[in-house]
Amino acid sequence: MSLTEADVKRIAHLARIEIEDKEVAPVLGQLSNILGLVEQMQAVNTDGIAPMAHAQDVSLRLREDRVTESDQHEAFQAVAPQVEAGLYLVPKVME
Amino acid sequence: MINSSLKQLAAQLAAKKISSRELTQSYLSRIETLNPDLNAFITVDAEKSLMQADAADKLLAAGLGGVLTGIPIAQKDIFCAQGWRTTCGSKMLGNFIAPYDANVIERFNVAGAVNLGKTNMDEFAMGSSNETSHFGKVKNPWDKLAVPGGSSGGSAAAVAARMAPAATGTDTGGSIRQPAALTGITGIKPTYGVVSRYGMIAFASSLDQGGPMAKSAEDCALLLNTMAGFDNRDSTSLDRPVEDYARDLAQPLNGLKIGLPKEYFAEGLAPDVAQTIEAAITEYKKLGAQVVEISLPNTQLSIPVYYVLAPAEASSNLARYDGVRYGYRAPEYKDLTDMYKKTRAQGFGAEVKRRILIGTYVLSAGYYDAYYLKAQKLRRLIAQDFTDAFKLCDVIMGPTTPTTAFNLGEKSDDPVSMYLSDIYTIAVNLAGLPGMSIPVGFGANGRPVGLQIIGNYFGEAKMLNVAHQYQLATDWHQRMPIL
Repeated sequence: MSLTEADVKRIAHLARIEIEDKEVAPVLGQLSNILGLVEQMQAVNTDGIAPMAHAQDVSLRLREDRVTESDQHEAFQAVAPQVEAGLYLVPKVME
Repeated sequence: MINSSLKQLAAQLAAKKISSRELTQSYLSRIETLNPDLNAFITVDAEKSLMQADAADKLLAAGLGGVLTGIPIAQKDIFCAQGWRTTCGSKMLGNFIAPYDANVIERFNVAGAVNLGKTNMDEFAMGSSNETSHFGKVKNPWDKLAVPGGSSGGSAAAVAARMAPAATGTDTGGSIRQPAALTGITGIKPTYGVVSRYGMIAFASSLDQGGPMAKSAEDCALLLNTMAGFDNRDSTSLDRPVEDYARDLAQPLNGLKIGLPKEYFAEGLAPDVAQTIEAAITEYKKLGAQVVEISLPNTQLSIPVYYVLAPAEASSNLARYDGVRYGYRAPEYKDLTDMYKKTRAQGFGAEVKRRILIGTYVLSAGYYDAYYLKAQKLRRLIAQDFTDAFKLCDVIMGPTTPTTAFNLGEKSDDPVSMYLSDIYTIAVNLAGLPGMSIPVGFGANGRPVGLQIIGNYFGEAKMLNVAHQYQLATDWHQRMPIL
Protein backbone atom coordinates (compact mmCIF):
# COMPACT_ATOMS: atom_id res chain seq x y z
CA MET A 1 0.00 0.00 0.00
CA SER A 2 2.27 2.77 -1.21
CA LEU A 3 1.27 6.37 -0.72
CA THR A 4 1.03 8.96 -3.51
CA GLU A 5 1.23 12.75 -3.47
CA ALA A 6 -2.52 12.86 -4.03
CA ASP A 7 -2.97 10.71 -0.89
CA VAL A 8 -0.86 13.12 1.16
CA LYS A 9 -3.00 16.07 0.03
CA ARG A 10 -6.19 14.14 0.78
CA ILE A 11 -5.00 13.10 4.26
CA ALA A 12 -3.86 16.64 5.04
CA HIS A 13 -7.29 17.91 4.04
CA LEU A 14 -9.02 15.31 6.25
CA ALA A 15 -6.74 16.36 9.13
CA ARG A 16 -7.42 20.06 8.38
CA ILE A 17 -3.73 20.85 8.08
CA GLU A 18 -2.69 23.16 5.26
CA ILE A 19 0.16 21.72 3.24
CA GLU A 20 2.11 23.77 0.72
CA ASP A 21 2.95 22.20 -2.64
CA LYS A 22 6.68 22.21 -1.89
CA GLU A 23 6.08 20.27 1.35
CA VAL A 24 4.16 17.42 -0.29
CA ALA A 25 7.16 15.46 -1.60
CA PRO A 26 9.20 15.50 1.65
CA VAL A 27 6.12 14.66 3.73
CA LEU A 28 5.33 11.81 1.35
CA GLY A 29 8.85 10.45 1.92
CA GLN A 30 8.55 10.65 5.71
CA LEU A 31 5.09 9.10 5.86
CA SER A 32 6.18 6.33 3.51
CA ASN A 33 9.14 5.52 5.77
CA ILE A 34 6.84 5.27 8.79
CA LEU A 35 4.34 3.12 6.89
CA GLY A 36 7.25 0.93 5.78
CA LEU A 37 8.06 0.32 9.44
CA VAL A 38 4.40 -0.40 10.16
CA GLU A 39 4.22 -2.87 7.27
CA GLN A 40 5.97 -5.52 9.42
CA MET A 41 2.60 -6.11 11.09
CA GLN A 42 1.17 -7.74 7.98
CA ALA A 43 3.60 -10.68 8.26
CA VAL A 44 1.87 -11.99 11.39
CA ASN A 45 -1.28 -14.07 11.21
CA THR A 46 -3.88 -12.63 13.58
CA ASP A 47 -6.89 -14.75 12.59
CA GLY A 48 -9.15 -15.39 15.57
CA ILE A 49 -7.40 -12.91 17.88
CA ALA A 50 -9.71 -10.44 19.58
CA PRO A 51 -8.58 -6.82 19.17
CA MET A 52 -7.32 -5.19 22.37
CA ALA A 53 -8.63 -1.64 22.58
CA HIS A 54 -7.56 -0.96 26.09
CA ALA A 55 -5.09 -2.01 28.76
CA GLN A 56 -7.67 -2.82 31.42
CA ASP A 57 -10.72 -4.96 30.93
CA VAL A 58 -13.21 -2.53 32.46
CA SER A 59 -16.49 -1.09 31.29
CA LEU A 60 -17.47 2.55 31.42
CA ARG A 61 -18.91 3.75 34.70
CA LEU A 62 -22.37 5.24 34.91
CA ARG A 63 -23.20 8.09 37.20
CA GLU A 64 -26.33 9.63 38.58
CA ASP A 65 -27.91 12.08 36.13
CA ARG A 66 -27.40 15.29 38.06
CA VAL A 67 -25.42 18.50 37.64
CA THR A 68 -21.89 18.19 39.02
CA GLU A 69 -20.15 21.14 37.39
CA SER A 70 -20.64 24.79 38.21
CA ASP A 71 -20.95 27.44 35.49
CA GLN A 72 -17.41 28.53 34.62
CA HIS A 73 -17.92 29.81 31.09
CA GLU A 74 -16.25 33.13 31.81
CA ALA A 75 -13.07 31.47 33.06
CA PHE A 76 -13.05 29.03 30.17
CA GLN A 77 -13.79 31.65 27.53
CA ALA A 78 -11.09 33.96 28.86
CA VAL A 79 -8.57 31.78 27.01
CA ALA A 80 -10.45 31.74 23.69
CA PRO A 81 -9.10 33.62 20.64
CA GLN A 82 -12.37 35.50 19.98
CA VAL A 83 -15.47 35.70 22.17
CA GLU A 84 -18.46 38.01 22.24
CA ALA A 85 -21.47 37.93 24.59
CA GLY A 86 -20.59 34.43 25.79
CA LEU A 87 -20.25 33.07 22.27
CA TYR A 88 -17.18 31.81 20.42
CA LEU A 89 -16.69 33.76 17.21
CA VAL A 90 -15.67 32.02 13.99
CA PRO A 91 -15.73 33.15 10.33
CA LYS A 92 -19.18 33.22 8.82
CA VAL A 93 -20.29 29.81 7.50
CA MET A 94 -23.71 30.76 6.08
CA GLU A 95 -24.65 33.70 3.89
CA MET B 1 21.11 19.98 50.67
CA ILE B 2 20.53 19.66 46.91
CA ASN B 3 21.20 15.93 47.13
CA SER B 4 18.86 15.33 50.10
CA SER B 5 16.05 12.80 49.84
CA LEU B 6 12.44 13.92 50.18
CA LYS B 7 12.33 12.30 53.60
CA GLN B 8 15.37 14.30 54.71
CA LEU B 9 13.88 17.53 53.36
CA ALA B 10 10.58 16.79 55.12
CA ALA B 11 12.44 16.22 58.39
CA GLN B 12 14.29 19.55 57.99
CA LEU B 13 11.01 21.34 57.32
CA ALA B 14 9.23 19.64 60.23
CA ALA B 15 12.11 20.50 62.61
CA LYS B 16 12.00 24.16 61.38
CA LYS B 17 15.66 23.97 60.37
CA ILE B 18 14.60 25.43 57.05
CA SER B 19 11.37 27.01 55.84
CA SER B 20 9.59 26.07 52.63
CA ARG B 21 10.21 29.65 51.44
CA GLU B 22 13.97 29.24 51.95
CA LEU B 23 13.96 25.81 50.32
CA THR B 24 11.90 27.00 47.36
CA GLN B 25 14.04 30.12 46.99
CA SER B 26 17.23 28.06 46.93
CA TYR B 27 15.89 25.90 44.09
CA LEU B 28 14.62 29.00 42.22
CA SER B 29 18.12 30.47 42.46
CA ARG B 30 19.63 27.27 41.12
CA ILE B 31 17.14 27.32 38.24
CA GLU B 32 18.07 30.95 37.53
CA THR B 33 21.73 29.96 37.31
CA LEU B 34 21.43 26.72 35.34
CA ASN B 35 18.28 27.00 33.27
CA PRO B 36 19.51 29.53 30.66
CA ASP B 37 21.92 26.81 29.48
CA LEU B 38 19.98 23.58 30.17
CA ASN B 39 16.48 24.91 29.23
CA ALA B 40 14.71 22.36 31.44
CA PHE B 41 11.91 24.77 32.39
CA ILE B 42 9.48 26.49 30.05
CA THR B 43 7.79 28.57 32.74
CA VAL B 44 9.09 29.68 36.13
CA ASP B 45 6.95 31.97 38.29
CA ALA B 46 8.81 32.71 41.51
CA GLU B 47 5.97 34.78 42.94
CA LYS B 48 3.43 31.99 42.57
CA SER B 49 5.84 29.35 43.90
CA LEU B 50 6.77 31.46 46.93
CA MET B 51 3.12 32.14 47.70
CA GLN B 52 2.55 28.38 47.87
CA ALA B 53 5.68 28.05 50.00
CA ASP B 54 4.35 30.61 52.48
CA ALA B 55 1.06 28.74 52.71
CA ALA B 56 3.00 25.53 53.33
CA ASP B 57 5.04 27.22 56.05
CA LYS B 58 1.80 28.13 57.83
CA LEU B 59 0.63 24.51 57.68
CA LEU B 60 4.00 23.34 58.98
CA ALA B 61 3.95 25.91 61.79
CA ALA B 62 0.53 24.64 62.84
CA GLY B 63 1.86 21.08 62.85
CA LEU B 64 -0.48 20.17 59.97
CA GLY B 65 2.21 19.27 57.44
CA GLY B 66 2.37 15.96 55.57
CA VAL B 67 5.42 14.35 54.01
CA LEU B 68 5.34 16.58 50.89
CA THR B 69 4.21 19.81 52.57
CA GLY B 70 6.52 22.64 51.55
CA ILE B 71 8.52 20.56 49.09
CA PRO B 72 9.01 22.17 45.67
CA ILE B 73 8.15 19.89 42.76
CA ALA B 74 8.67 20.62 39.06
CA GLN B 75 5.62 19.85 36.95
CA LYS B 76 5.79 18.61 33.38
CA ASP B 77 4.14 21.24 31.20
CA ILE B 78 1.51 18.69 30.15
CA PHE B 79 -0.37 19.05 33.45
CA CYS B 80 -2.86 21.92 33.58
CA ALA B 81 -2.22 24.09 36.64
CA GLN B 82 -4.71 26.86 37.30
CA GLY B 83 -3.28 30.29 36.51
CA TRP B 84 -0.08 28.82 35.07
CA ARG B 85 0.79 28.92 31.40
CA THR B 86 0.47 25.31 30.24
CA THR B 87 1.96 24.83 26.78
CA CYS B 88 2.51 21.08 26.30
CA GLY B 89 5.68 22.17 24.48
CA SER B 90 3.62 23.57 21.60
CA LYS B 91 3.15 26.91 19.88
CA MET B 92 -0.51 25.84 19.73
CA LEU B 93 -0.80 26.35 23.50
CA GLY B 94 1.91 28.98 23.81
CA ASN B 95 -0.57 31.49 25.27
CA PHE B 96 -2.79 29.01 27.18
CA ILE B 97 -3.27 29.87 30.84
CA ALA B 98 -4.94 26.80 32.33
CA PRO B 99 -8.30 27.68 33.90
CA TYR B 100 -8.29 24.56 36.10
CA ASP B 101 -6.02 22.06 37.85
CA ALA B 102 -5.21 18.57 36.62
CA ASN B 103 -6.02 15.90 39.18
CA VAL B 104 -2.29 15.35 39.74
CA ILE B 105 -1.77 19.09 40.41
CA GLU B 106 -4.78 19.17 42.70
CA ARG B 107 -3.36 16.25 44.69
CA PHE B 108 0.01 17.96 45.11
CA ASN B 109 -1.79 21.16 46.17
CA VAL B 110 -3.81 19.28 48.77
CA ALA B 111 -0.56 17.72 50.05
CA GLY B 112 0.85 21.26 50.44
CA ALA B 113 3.61 20.77 47.87
CA VAL B 114 4.98 23.80 45.99
CA ASN B 115 4.77 24.03 42.19
CA LEU B 116 8.34 24.94 41.25
CA GLY B 117 7.60 25.56 37.58
CA LYS B 118 6.62 23.88 34.34
CA THR B 119 9.19 21.70 32.63
CA ASN B 120 10.11 21.44 28.98
CA MET B 121 8.96 18.51 26.90
CA ASP B 122 8.61 17.22 23.37
CA GLU B 123 5.62 18.88 21.69
CA PHE B 124 2.45 17.12 22.87
CA ALA B 125 4.78 14.46 24.35
CA MET B 126 5.67 13.22 20.86
CA GLY B 127 9.38 12.58 20.83
CA SER B 128 12.25 10.77 22.48
CA SER B 129 14.82 13.56 22.66
CA ASN B 130 13.01 16.74 23.75
CA GLU B 131 14.04 18.26 20.42
CA THR B 132 10.47 18.69 19.14
CA SER B 133 9.62 21.29 21.81
CA HIS B 134 8.55 24.66 20.44
CA PHE B 135 10.48 26.14 23.37
CA GLY B 136 13.86 24.79 22.36
CA LYS B 137 15.89 21.71 23.06
CA VAL B 138 16.95 20.65 26.56
CA LYS B 139 20.56 19.70 27.22
CA ASN B 140 21.54 16.60 29.17
CA PRO B 141 23.20 17.81 32.40
CA TRP B 142 25.76 14.97 32.21
CA ASP B 143 26.95 16.00 28.77
CA LYS B 144 25.59 19.10 27.12
CA LEU B 145 26.13 17.65 23.65
CA ALA B 146 23.63 14.90 24.46
CA VAL B 147 19.85 14.79 24.51
CA PRO B 148 18.14 14.32 27.89
CA GLY B 149 15.62 11.92 26.30
CA GLY B 150 11.95 12.58 25.97
CA SER B 151 9.26 13.36 26.11
CA SER B 152 9.71 14.23 29.83
CA GLY B 153 13.21 15.56 29.08
CA GLY B 154 12.83 18.81 31.03
CA SER B 155 11.69 17.02 34.17
CA ALA B 156 14.55 14.53 33.86
CA ALA B 157 17.16 17.26 33.33
CA ALA B 158 15.72 19.32 36.21
CA VAL B 159 16.07 16.42 38.65
CA ALA B 160 19.45 15.29 37.30
CA ALA B 161 20.85 18.83 37.62
CA ARG B 162 19.28 19.11 41.09
CA MET B 163 17.22 22.12 39.96
CA ALA B 164 14.26 20.35 41.61
CA PRO B 165 14.10 17.70 44.34
CA ALA B 166 11.52 15.81 42.25
CA ALA B 167 9.32 16.19 39.18
CA THR B 168 6.38 14.67 37.37
CA GLY B 169 6.36 13.05 33.98
CA THR B 170 4.04 11.19 31.65
CA ASP B 171 4.77 8.01 29.74
CA THR B 172 2.99 6.93 26.54
CA GLY B 173 5.79 4.84 25.00
CA GLY B 174 8.66 5.36 27.44
CA SER B 175 8.53 9.11 28.14
CA ILE B 176 9.27 8.74 31.87
CA ARG B 177 11.64 5.75 31.75
CA GLN B 178 13.78 6.71 28.75
CA PRO B 179 14.68 10.25 29.94
CA ALA B 180 15.17 8.90 33.47
CA ALA B 181 17.68 6.39 32.06
CA LEU B 182 19.45 8.97 29.89
CA THR B 183 19.91 11.40 32.79
CA GLY B 184 20.71 8.96 35.60
CA ILE B 185 17.55 9.38 37.69
CA THR B 186 14.71 7.15 38.89
CA GLY B 187 11.25 7.23 37.33
CA ILE B 188 8.18 5.03 37.40
CA LYS B 189 5.26 4.66 35.04
CA PRO B 190 2.45 3.08 37.04
CA THR B 191 -0.07 0.52 35.82
CA TYR B 192 -2.47 2.16 33.35
CA GLY B 193 -5.38 3.67 35.30
CA VAL B 194 -3.56 4.24 38.61
CA VAL B 195 -2.86 7.98 38.10
CA SER B 196 -5.73 10.14 36.82
CA ARG B 197 -5.41 11.60 33.32
CA TYR B 198 -7.81 14.45 34.15
CA GLY B 199 -6.16 17.71 33.11
CA MET B 200 -3.16 15.86 31.67
CA ILE B 201 -3.15 16.96 28.05
CA ALA B 202 -4.01 13.92 25.96
CA PHE B 203 -1.70 12.30 23.41
CA ALA B 204 -2.76 8.63 23.11
CA SER B 205 -5.42 8.05 25.70
CA SER B 206 -5.22 4.25 25.93
CA LEU B 207 -1.47 4.48 26.66
CA ASP B 208 -0.85 7.80 28.52
CA GLN B 209 0.00 7.50 32.20
CA GLY B 210 1.51 10.00 34.63
CA GLY B 211 4.18 9.18 37.19
CA PRO B 212 6.98 10.54 39.36
CA MET B 213 10.61 11.24 38.42
CA ALA B 214 13.04 11.67 41.29
CA LYS B 215 16.46 10.83 42.69
CA SER B 216 15.50 7.50 44.23
CA ALA B 217 12.89 4.75 44.43
CA GLU B 218 12.03 5.81 47.96
CA ASP B 219 11.25 9.35 46.76
CA CYS B 220 9.19 7.94 43.88
CA ALA B 221 7.16 5.84 46.34
CA LEU B 222 6.32 8.92 48.42
CA LEU B 223 5.37 10.90 45.31
CA LEU B 224 3.24 8.08 43.93
CA ASN B 225 1.36 7.94 47.24
CA THR B 226 0.21 11.48 46.47
CA MET B 227 -0.31 11.10 42.71
CA ALA B 228 -2.22 7.81 42.61
CA GLY B 229 -5.88 7.28 43.34
CA PHE B 230 -9.34 7.03 41.88
CA ASP B 231 -10.75 10.06 40.06
CA ASN B 232 -14.30 10.11 38.80
CA ARG B 233 -13.41 12.65 36.10
CA ASP B 234 -11.13 10.21 34.26
CA SER B 235 -13.27 7.51 32.65
CA THR B 236 -10.37 5.02 32.77
CA SER B 237 -9.30 5.74 36.36
CA LEU B 238 -9.39 2.54 38.39
CA ASP B 239 -11.43 2.43 41.58
CA ARG B 240 -9.11 0.44 43.83
CA PRO B 241 -8.26 0.53 47.54
CA VAL B 242 -5.67 3.19 48.45
CA GLU B 243 -2.15 1.75 48.62
CA ASP B 244 0.99 2.76 50.49
CA TYR B 245 3.59 2.31 47.75
CA ALA B 246 6.40 2.57 50.32
CA ARG B 247 5.10 -0.32 52.42
CA ASP B 248 7.47 -2.97 51.06
CA LEU B 249 10.62 -0.88 50.58
CA ALA B 250 12.49 -2.63 53.40
CA GLN B 251 11.71 -6.20 52.31
CA PRO B 252 14.82 -8.28 51.55
CA LEU B 253 15.14 -9.70 48.04
CA ASN B 254 15.91 -13.30 49.00
CA GLY B 255 14.33 -15.62 46.48
CA LEU B 256 13.20 -12.82 44.13
CA LYS B 257 12.85 -14.23 40.62
CA ILE B 258 14.11 -11.87 37.94
CA GLY B 259 13.13 -12.63 34.35
CA LEU B 260 15.59 -11.54 31.68
CA PRO B 261 13.91 -11.38 28.25
CA LYS B 262 16.36 -12.72 25.69
CA GLU B 263 14.95 -10.27 23.11
CA TYR B 264 16.17 -7.35 25.27
CA PHE B 265 19.76 -8.57 25.15
CA ALA B 266 19.88 -9.31 21.43
CA GLU B 267 21.27 -7.42 18.44
CA GLY B 268 21.02 -3.66 18.72
CA LEU B 269 22.04 -3.42 22.37
CA ALA B 270 25.25 -1.41 22.73
CA PRO B 271 28.08 -3.41 24.38
CA ASP B 272 28.74 -0.79 27.09
CA VAL B 273 25.06 -0.75 28.07
CA ALA B 274 24.93 -4.57 28.06
CA GLN B 275 27.97 -4.72 30.32
CA THR B 276 26.55 -2.19 32.78
CA ILE B 277 23.20 -4.00 32.92
CA GLU B 278 24.97 -7.33 33.53
CA ALA B 279 26.86 -5.76 36.44
CA ALA B 280 23.54 -4.60 37.93
CA ILE B 281 22.08 -8.11 37.58
CA THR B 282 25.18 -9.49 39.36
CA GLU B 283 24.48 -7.04 42.19
CA TYR B 284 20.91 -8.34 42.39
CA LYS B 285 22.22 -11.90 42.65
CA LYS B 286 24.35 -10.77 45.59
CA LEU B 287 21.18 -9.42 47.17
CA GLY B 288 19.63 -12.89 46.98
CA ALA B 289 17.75 -12.77 43.69
CA GLN B 290 17.61 -15.59 41.16
CA VAL B 291 17.68 -15.10 37.43
CA VAL B 292 15.57 -16.91 34.83
CA GLU B 293 15.68 -16.47 31.08
CA ILE B 294 12.31 -15.57 29.59
CA SER B 295 11.06 -14.68 26.14
CA LEU B 296 8.87 -11.84 24.90
CA PRO B 297 8.67 -13.07 21.32
CA ASN B 298 6.59 -10.19 19.93
CA THR B 299 8.93 -7.42 21.14
CA GLN B 300 9.89 -6.37 17.58
CA LEU B 301 6.23 -5.83 16.73
CA SER B 302 5.70 -3.32 19.49
CA ILE B 303 7.15 -0.42 17.46
CA PRO B 304 4.97 -0.89 14.36
CA VAL B 305 1.90 -1.51 16.54
CA TYR B 306 2.62 1.61 18.59
CA TYR B 307 3.13 3.77 15.50
CA VAL B 308 -0.35 2.85 14.34
CA LEU B 309 -2.24 3.06 17.62
CA ALA B 310 -0.59 6.14 19.15
CA PRO B 311 -0.91 8.34 16.02
CA ALA B 312 -4.49 7.12 15.51
CA GLU B 313 -5.45 8.17 19.03
CA ALA B 314 -3.43 11.37 18.68
CA SER B 315 -5.14 12.38 15.43
CA SER B 316 -8.44 12.14 17.24
CA ASN B 317 -7.29 13.83 20.47
CA LEU B 318 -5.58 16.71 18.68
CA ALA B 319 -8.63 17.49 16.54
CA ARG B 320 -9.65 19.78 19.41
CA TYR B 321 -6.95 22.33 18.48
CA ASP B 322 -8.94 24.27 15.93
CA GLY B 323 -8.34 27.87 16.96
CA VAL B 324 -11.86 28.30 18.33
CA ARG B 325 -12.02 27.64 22.08
CA TYR B 326 -8.42 28.07 23.24
CA GLY B 327 -4.87 28.28 22.01
CA TYR B 328 -3.41 29.64 18.82
CA ARG B 329 -5.44 31.00 15.92
CA ALA B 330 -3.84 31.94 12.60
CA PRO B 331 -3.87 35.71 12.05
CA GLU B 332 -5.23 35.54 8.48
CA TYR B 333 -7.68 33.21 6.75
CA LYS B 334 -10.39 33.18 4.06
CA ASP B 335 -13.12 31.11 5.70
CA LEU B 336 -13.73 28.60 8.50
CA THR B 337 -11.99 25.62 6.87
CA ASP B 338 -9.06 27.82 5.92
CA MET B 339 -8.89 29.03 9.52
CA TYR B 340 -8.70 25.46 10.79
CA LYS B 341 -6.06 24.51 8.24
CA LYS B 342 -3.84 27.53 8.73
CA THR B 343 -4.19 27.44 12.51
CA ARG B 344 -3.11 23.79 12.62
CA ALA B 345 -0.38 24.20 9.99
CA GLN B 346 1.17 27.10 11.93
CA GLY B 347 0.43 25.92 15.48
CA PHE B 348 1.79 22.36 15.26
CA GLY B 349 5.41 21.38 14.70
CA ALA B 350 6.64 18.88 12.11
CA GLU B 351 6.61 15.74 14.29
CA VAL B 352 3.10 16.39 15.61
CA LYS B 353 1.83 16.96 12.07
CA ARG B 354 3.47 13.74 10.89
CA ARG B 355 1.74 11.75 13.59
CA ILE B 356 -1.63 13.38 12.97
CA LEU B 357 -1.31 12.58 9.25
CA ILE B 358 -0.32 8.95 9.93
CA GLY B 359 -3.20 8.62 12.39
CA THR B 360 -5.67 10.16 9.98
CA TYR B 361 -4.50 7.80 7.25
CA VAL B 362 -4.72 4.57 9.28
CA LEU B 363 -8.22 5.48 10.44
CA SER B 364 -9.46 6.57 7.03
CA ALA B 365 -12.05 4.62 5.03
CA GLY B 366 -10.63 1.45 3.52
CA TYR B 367 -7.51 1.26 5.72
CA TYR B 368 -9.00 0.75 9.18
CA ASP B 369 -8.87 -3.07 9.13
CA ALA B 370 -5.40 -3.30 7.64
CA TYR B 371 -3.84 -0.93 10.13
CA TYR B 372 -5.84 -0.03 13.22
CA LEU B 373 -7.66 -3.32 13.77
CA LYS B 374 -4.56 -5.33 12.89
CA ALA B 375 -2.52 -3.33 15.41
CA GLN B 376 -5.13 -3.90 18.12
CA LYS B 377 -4.96 -7.65 17.53
CA LEU B 378 -1.18 -7.61 17.74
CA ARG B 379 -1.45 -5.53 20.89
CA ARG B 380 -3.15 -8.50 22.52
CA LEU B 381 -0.30 -10.82 21.49
CA ILE B 382 2.23 -8.40 22.97
CA ALA B 383 0.28 -8.21 26.26
CA GLN B 384 -0.04 -12.00 26.31
CA ASP B 385 3.77 -12.32 26.11
CA PHE B 386 4.00 -10.57 29.48
CA THR B 387 1.21 -12.63 31.05
CA ASP B 388 3.11 -15.78 30.06
CA ALA B 389 6.43 -14.37 31.29
CA PHE B 390 5.08 -13.45 34.72
CA LYS B 391 4.25 -17.13 35.32
CA LEU B 392 8.04 -17.63 35.53
CA CYS B 393 9.25 -14.56 37.42
CA ASP B 394 8.32 -11.77 39.85
CA VAL B 395 9.82 -8.87 37.92
CA ILE B 396 11.36 -8.46 34.47
CA MET B 397 14.65 -6.62 34.01
CA GLY B 398 16.63 -5.35 31.09
CA PRO B 399 18.11 -2.18 29.64
CA THR B 400 15.73 0.82 29.44
CA THR B 401 17.37 1.95 26.20
CA PRO B 402 19.65 0.25 23.65
CA THR B 403 22.31 2.97 23.93
CA THR B 404 23.23 5.79 26.29
CA ALA B 405 22.02 9.30 25.38
CA PHE B 406 22.58 10.10 21.73
CA ASN B 407 23.84 13.49 20.55
CA LEU B 408 21.59 16.48 20.02
CA GLY B 409 20.70 16.57 16.33
CA GLU B 410 21.82 12.98 15.74
CA LYS B 411 18.36 11.57 15.05
CA SER B 412 16.20 14.65 14.71
CA ASP B 413 16.07 14.41 10.91
CA ASP B 414 15.27 10.70 10.87
CA PRO B 415 11.96 9.96 12.63
CA VAL B 416 12.13 6.20 12.11
CA SER B 417 15.57 5.86 13.71
CA MET B 418 14.28 7.95 16.64
CA TYR B 419 11.26 5.61 16.97
CA LEU B 420 13.49 2.54 17.07
CA SER B 421 15.31 3.83 20.16
CA ASP B 422 12.15 3.07 22.20
CA ILE B 423 12.28 -0.66 21.48
CA TYR B 424 12.44 -1.76 25.16
CA THR B 425 9.85 0.59 26.63
CA ILE B 426 6.88 0.63 24.25
CA ALA B 427 5.53 -2.88 24.87
CA VAL B 428 4.95 -2.03 28.54
CA ASN B 429 2.53 0.76 27.57
CA LEU B 430 0.73 -1.45 25.07
CA ALA B 431 0.21 -4.06 27.81
CA GLY B 432 -0.67 -1.38 30.40
CA LEU B 433 1.94 -2.69 32.84
CA PRO B 434 4.00 -0.66 35.31
CA GLY B 435 7.64 -0.02 34.40
CA MET B 436 10.49 1.94 35.92
CA SER B 437 14.08 2.93 35.29
CA ILE B 438 16.88 3.26 37.82
CA PRO B 439 20.45 4.46 37.28
CA VAL B 440 23.01 1.61 37.37
CA GLY B 441 26.21 3.14 36.03
CA PHE B 442 27.73 4.86 33.03
CA GLY B 443 28.51 3.92 29.46
CA ALA B 444 31.82 4.22 27.64
CA ASN B 445 31.15 7.90 26.91
CA GLY B 446 30.41 8.72 30.56
CA ARG B 447 26.67 9.03 29.96
CA PRO B 448 24.22 7.28 32.36
CA VAL B 449 22.75 3.81 31.88
CA GLY B 450 19.28 2.88 33.15
CA LEU B 451 18.03 -0.52 34.26
CA GLN B 452 14.40 -1.11 33.42
CA ILE B 453 12.25 -2.99 35.94
CA ILE B 454 8.89 -4.19 34.67
CA GLY B 455 6.31 -5.38 37.16
CA ASN B 456 3.06 -7.27 36.90
CA TYR B 457 -0.21 -5.30 36.99
CA PHE B 458 -0.38 -3.26 40.22
CA GLY B 459 3.12 -4.44 41.15
CA GLU B 460 4.40 -0.90 41.90
CA ALA B 461 5.16 -1.56 45.59
CA LYS B 462 7.16 -4.66 44.65
CA MET B 463 9.10 -2.84 41.93
CA LEU B 464 9.89 0.07 44.23
CA ASN B 465 11.09 -2.45 46.83
CA VAL B 466 13.32 -4.11 44.24
CA ALA B 467 14.72 -0.73 43.17
CA HIS B 468 15.17 0.55 46.73
CA GLN B 469 17.14 -2.50 47.89
CA TYR B 470 19.57 -1.97 45.00
CA GLN B 471 19.87 1.71 45.91
CA LEU B 472 20.68 0.78 49.52
CA ALA B 473 23.56 -1.35 48.26
CA THR B 474 24.88 1.05 45.59
CA ASP B 475 25.27 4.80 45.14
CA TRP B 476 24.62 5.37 41.43
CA HIS B 477 21.42 7.25 42.26
CA GLN B 478 23.38 9.73 44.38
CA ARG B 479 25.82 10.66 41.62
CA MET B 480 25.44 14.20 40.32
CA PRO B 481 26.73 15.83 37.15
CA ILE B 482 29.35 18.55 37.61
CA LEU B 483 27.74 21.80 36.51
